[in-house]
This record gives sequence, structure tokens and C-alpha cells, in this order.
Amino acid sequence: MQRTTLDLWVGAFVVAGIAALVVLALKVGNLSTYNVSETYQLSAYFTNVGGLKPTASVRSAGVLVGRVNSIVLDTDRYEAKVTISVDQRYQFPKDTFANILTSGLLGEQYIGLVPGGDEEMLKDGGVFRKTQSAMVLEDLIGKFLFSQSDSKE
Amino acid sequence: MPVINSVRRVGHRVVDSIWRLGVASRFLAMTLLQSGTSFHRFQLIVKEMFSSGVMSLIIIGVAGLFVGMVLGLQGFETLKRYGSESALGSLVALSLVRELGPVLAALLFASRAGSAMTAEIGLMKATEQIAAMEMMAVSPIARVVAPRFWAGVISMPLLAALFSAMGVFGGYVVGVVMIGVDEGSFWSQMQASVDFREDIINGVIKSFVFGVAVTVIALFEGFDAPPTAEGVSGATTRTVVESSLAILMLDFILTAFMFRGV
Repeated sequence: MQRTTLDLWVGAFVVAGIAALVVLALKVGNLSTYNVSETYQLSAYFTNVGGLKPTASVRSAGVLVGRVNSIVLDTDRYEAKVTISVDQRYQFPKDTFANILTSGLLGEQYIGLVPGGDEEMLKDGGVFRKTQSAMVLEDLIGKFLFSQSDSKE
Repeated sequence: MPVINSVRRVGHRVVDSIWRLGVASRFLAMTLLQSGTSFHRFQLIVKEMFSSGVMSLIIIGVAGLFVGMVLGLQGFETLKRYGSESALGSLVALSLVRELGPVLAALLFASRAGSAMTAEIGLMKATEQIAAMEMMAVSPIARVVAPRFWAGVISMPLLAALFSAMGVFGGYVVGVVMIGVDEGSFWSQMQASVDFREDIINGVIKSFVFGVAVTVIALFEGFDAPPTAEGVSGATTRTVVESSLAILMLDFILTAFMFRGV
């Protein structure tokens, strides 16, 4: 087939468009942080997950170690069951604390893992025994007012 | 009776526009059915992609750059009040990828390439080139309309992606280089909030739908134009007006479907 300069321009245009899509996916979007390596599943029960959403980050010592897979209500316990996938490179002791934390005052919520001192490690499908639910501002204000009126009496 | 006459005129206009809508739908169906030729002879599509896609590159790039720069400035002013300048990256990227990229690129495409398509086909009709093709048993829909349709549909998502990428770069230049927002938090907040499937793929789907709408309107208006100088100019105007309205209305419908906020 005969080649023309027009083909070159159109080819350059298509390449530029696809490059823009790749830049958007890798540099702007979160595709590069997805499934970079093998993961294993862990779950935790919380009495209140607050504003936690699927794909929220799971951090330990501030380092991203995994992501939240799903959040469902467990009707046996009437607590929220949060499943997270953790990078295979990171292992956590059995008595690790799972806390729902907030990045900044108004930022998004994430799960912070604080490792304990147990010798045994959590395996695929393991459950965190010690959890701390999300901080709900209304509860805090309620508690604060309650303690204020207590101290006055 | 002037009252009856005006009612009659309104009724006539309504019936006429429904009629045109029906013809336009049949036109789209015929274009899809007769697009085999343009895929056999892909050179036809490439030629049209040059005039509609490549020639729109500069306007799309420059417009995207400036829209991103404005977003960076305005977003910074607003976010500064809440002390969350670090969220500038996610503000710029989300508004571009979800809305401004597809919509503004489609509006620019409609006025730059859509109007040209209408004028070209309208003039071909006025100078009886279309009739001559039919005389030679060449289907003008297969030879003239379908390549332009597919060129527009292929070009539109690429142009929208370029618009968004240039916009993000513009926001980066204003936010990080000129104002001095922390570079690390700019990119990391952006990556934390922009989801590949939820935001980027949905943006591409949007621009694909806009591409279909704009090119069909432009081609139909050209094909339907009265073969006079006045008719072609009126058709060109209608292309820009109708496709702009169609883009904005389709955008609302698509957004309502896509981003319901789980």
C-alpha cells in the first residue's frame, strides 16, 4: 500500500491520543497502585465503619500495604465486616490492631494496622481480633458534653 | 384567525422536528449498515481523521492547557480558605477527566470539525456531486458519510484524552510551578482520588457517545441541507447549535447513570 505524509500525521495523532490515555491511567489515575503484586485476604469486624469505602487504603506505619475490598453488614454479629487485601510482601502478627483512621481533619478514611508482638502471623482469610471503629464526631461531642455536665455536679 | 394560525405553526414545527428526528435515525442506521466499504478501504477513514482529528489537535491542546490553568488558579483560591491546597491535584484531575475533558473537547470538535463536515457535504450536494455519485451507482452514504462518521467517532475519545492530559499539565504548571503547592501531595492526592474504571473509562465512554452524536448531527444536517448558499449556511449554524445542546443534555444523562455516588 502506498504511504503518504497524511498517514504519518494520523498515526502521530493516534499515538498522541493513546499516550494521553496511558498518562491519565498511570500518572493521574490509580491504575499503577492496583494489584502490583500478589495479595492475600484478611478481614476485620468494626462496630462502625464511618465513611470508609471500598478501595480505601490500608496503611501500616504510614506505608500503603493494601486496599479495602468490600464492606458488608454481618447479620450474625450486626457488625460491619471489612475485607482487605494485603500485599504478599507484608506479614502481620496475630494480635495486630486494625483501626479506622482519618487522614487530616477532613480527609478520607483509611485502615491503619498497628502490629502487636505475637510470634504467629495472620494467614490468608485471617481475622483481626482487635479493632477500633471510626471516630464519629457526634459521639465525641456527646461524650464531651456529658463529661462536662458530670464534672460540674 | 391569528390565534389558530400560530397554533398551527407551532404544531407544524413540532411535527416537522419529529419527522426530521426519524429521518436522522434512519440516516444513522444506513450509515452503520453501509460502513463496510470504509473499513475495506481504511485509507478513506485515515484521510478524514486527518481533517477532523489531526487538524483539531492544536485547538484542543491549547484549550485544554488554559482550562487546566484556570482550574488550578480558581481551585487554589477556593481550597486555600479551607486550608486544603494539597487537594488541588484531585480537584483539577477529577473535574477534567469526568466532565470538562469530554464535554469541552466535544464542544470544540463540534464547532471546529462538525461545522466543516456539514459545509463540505452541503456544498457537495449543492454542486450536485452527491447526485453524480448516485448516477454512477456509488452510494454517497458509503463513500462520503460513513468514513467521516467513523473518523469522528475514533478521533473524539483521543481528543478528549489529550484535552484532559493537557489540562492536568496546565493545572500542574499553575499549582505547583507558579503557586508552589507541594508537588508530592499534588500527584498523590490526585492518584488517590481518580479511579481508573470509575473516572477515566467513564470519561472515555462519554466522549465516545459525544463523538457519535456530534458526527451524526453534522453529517445529517449537511446531507439534509437545501442545496443553496443560504441552505448550507443555515445547516452549518444548526449543526453547531444542535450538537452543543445534544452534548450538554447527553452529558447530564450519562453523568446521572455513571456517578451516582455509591
